[in-house]
Amino acid sequence: MSGASGFSLFKRRNRSIIPGFGLTLGITLTHLTLIVLIPLAALMIRPWDIGLSGFWHQVTEPRVLAALRLSFGAAFVAAAINAVFGLAVAWMLVRYDFWGKRVVDAIVDLPFALPTAVAGIALTALYAPNGWVGQFLDPLGIKVAYTPLGVVVALTFIGLPFVVRTVQPVLEELDTELEEAAACLGATRLETFIRVIFPVIFPALLTGFALALARAVGEYGSVIFIAGNMPMVSEIAPLLIVIKLEQFNYAGAASVGIAMLILSFIMLLVINLLQRWSRRWAGV
Amino acid sequence: MSGHAPKSRVTLAEPGWVKALIMLAGLGFLGFFILLPLAAVFTEALRRGFGPYFEALVEPDALAAIKLTLLVAVIAVPVNVVFGVSAAWAIAKHKFPGKSLLLTLIDLPFSVSPVISGLVYVLLFGAHGLMGPFLREHGVQIVFAVPGLVLATMFITFPFVARELIPLMQAQGVDEEEAAITLGASGWQTFRRVTLPNIRWGLLYGVLLCNARAMGEFGAVSVVSGHIRGETNTMPLHVEILYNEYNFVAAFAVASLLAILALVTLVAKSLLEWRHGAELAATARRH
Repeated sequence: MSGASGFSLFKRRNRSIIPGFGLTLGITLTHLTLIVLIPLAALMIRPWDIGLSGFWHQVTEPRVLAALRLSFGAAFVAAAINAVFGLAVAWMLVRYDFWGKRVVDAIVDLPFALPTAVAGIALTALYAPNGWVGQFLDPLGIKVAYTPLGVVVALTFIGLPFVVRTVQPVLEELDTELEEAAACLGATRLETFIRVIFPVIFPALLTGFALALARAVGEYGSVIFIAGNMPMVSEIAPLLIVIKLEQFNYAGAASVGIAMLILSFIMLLVINLLQRWSRRWAGV
Repeated sequence: MSGHAPKSRVTLAEPGWVKALIMLAGLGFLGFFILLPLAAVFTEALRRGFGPYFEALVEPDALAAIKLTLLVAVIAVPVNVVFGVSAAWAIAKHKFPGKSLLLTLIDLPFSVSPVISGLVYVLLFGAHGLMGPFLREHGVQIVFAVPGLVLATMFITFPFVARELIPLMQAQGVDEEEAAITLGASGWQTFRRVTLPNIRWGLLYGVLLCNARAMGEFGAVSVVSGHIRGETNTMPLHVEILYNEYNFVAAFAVASLLAILALVTLVAKSLLEWRHGAELAATARRH
């Protein structure tokens, strides 16, 4: 850590007369280092037991690759579903008046507040072949619980609030004058939406998509109940970490963990670039 | 928002069928993914009536799980409050280089899988972990014991209070605090009398979200708990064990308590947003 000289260096640049800077920054950095940084460093150095080739060997096991593919693939599909329906929910909450709107608005945040294990067993009960929803899907030959489709359902649930909550404030602040102008100039409603509204809300939509995606990739609690956890088929990457830990394969568990972090980082970087590009394109 | 429909002659409304379609998609989506799961929890819990429901809640292992969940939250939440307020004070009221790096680091736990959050502590304190041999020599057990649960919960809930307070305190600026200091108040007096009243609702909002997550966390605590019944099982872990034993009524009974906690959190959070929306303005809808 930076130590006493570090603090005085900070202090010299800080011309505020408000006291407590050293103390509060000290508490912040200490807590951050002890709770977050040192443990994460432990994750980063662990695979060195087995070397780079050992790390590569661990993460290219077919079972690990299948799990990573499922985690990232299902998370992507779930985030896409959330982008479409989340936009509809946000639009409905901002533009339409209906009875019980405030309650509907509040209940959108339920996936943030409901423990993931509870969501997991509830969704499994619903989508099991004899469940409320499953009994209608089963005769159609659609199996949701204990298949990769179940993983998508669980990941859709936990990512649901992100798109709504990022698009909603942008829609609220959107100036209707622009839409009026477009309509006056003869644009149809659909044209107005595509040419005027969508470019403005697209960056927010992308942010919501990225947040839902990032959350879904690492999700564990809600998925393991509904997934059935068959190796190579419906086994997610976080579960594989748990399994490797139970086998005392610490280096293997850490390798999968690092692979997940690296992939998430690359994914978010791409989305970030896409967002910057779309902002410039929309001129906002 | 709603209510101020434009008085202009051009129409800004979608055709009726489009509106119906959007409403159907929105409400249908929320119905399937939010209302149905919620209803399923309570129906499954009461499947055999109130007798077995309450039995499942007062059974010793369930009571131990409830107690442990409360204990973990009672330690983790206040620690995160102290950290959150400190971080917000340092970041919002002062200028220093490296601020955005610090903000990124504070957000880090949000972007890490809960399982990885548990994993890092096993790698550090587990039997084969970096400090494992040292801890065994001194007879200290962290992983598969209560300290591990507390640490993993603190990691997961680390950013909640800070993320609520930092934008709020940044938006409020430093004028009031500077006036108080100029008039001779001490730093602590300034915080107690000036800053705290300004941020109390934002703080409560952060504590609510932090607490809900602390009590409901599953992935991270599952990795460090070791699943010792009656000893290291929090409520969400107890739900898992009962469910895997095909004791569905009991599993959903304990789950219903957690669902009630979630609903109470949502109601309190909505009340805060409706009553004190302006005082939360900088932070509302961030989570």
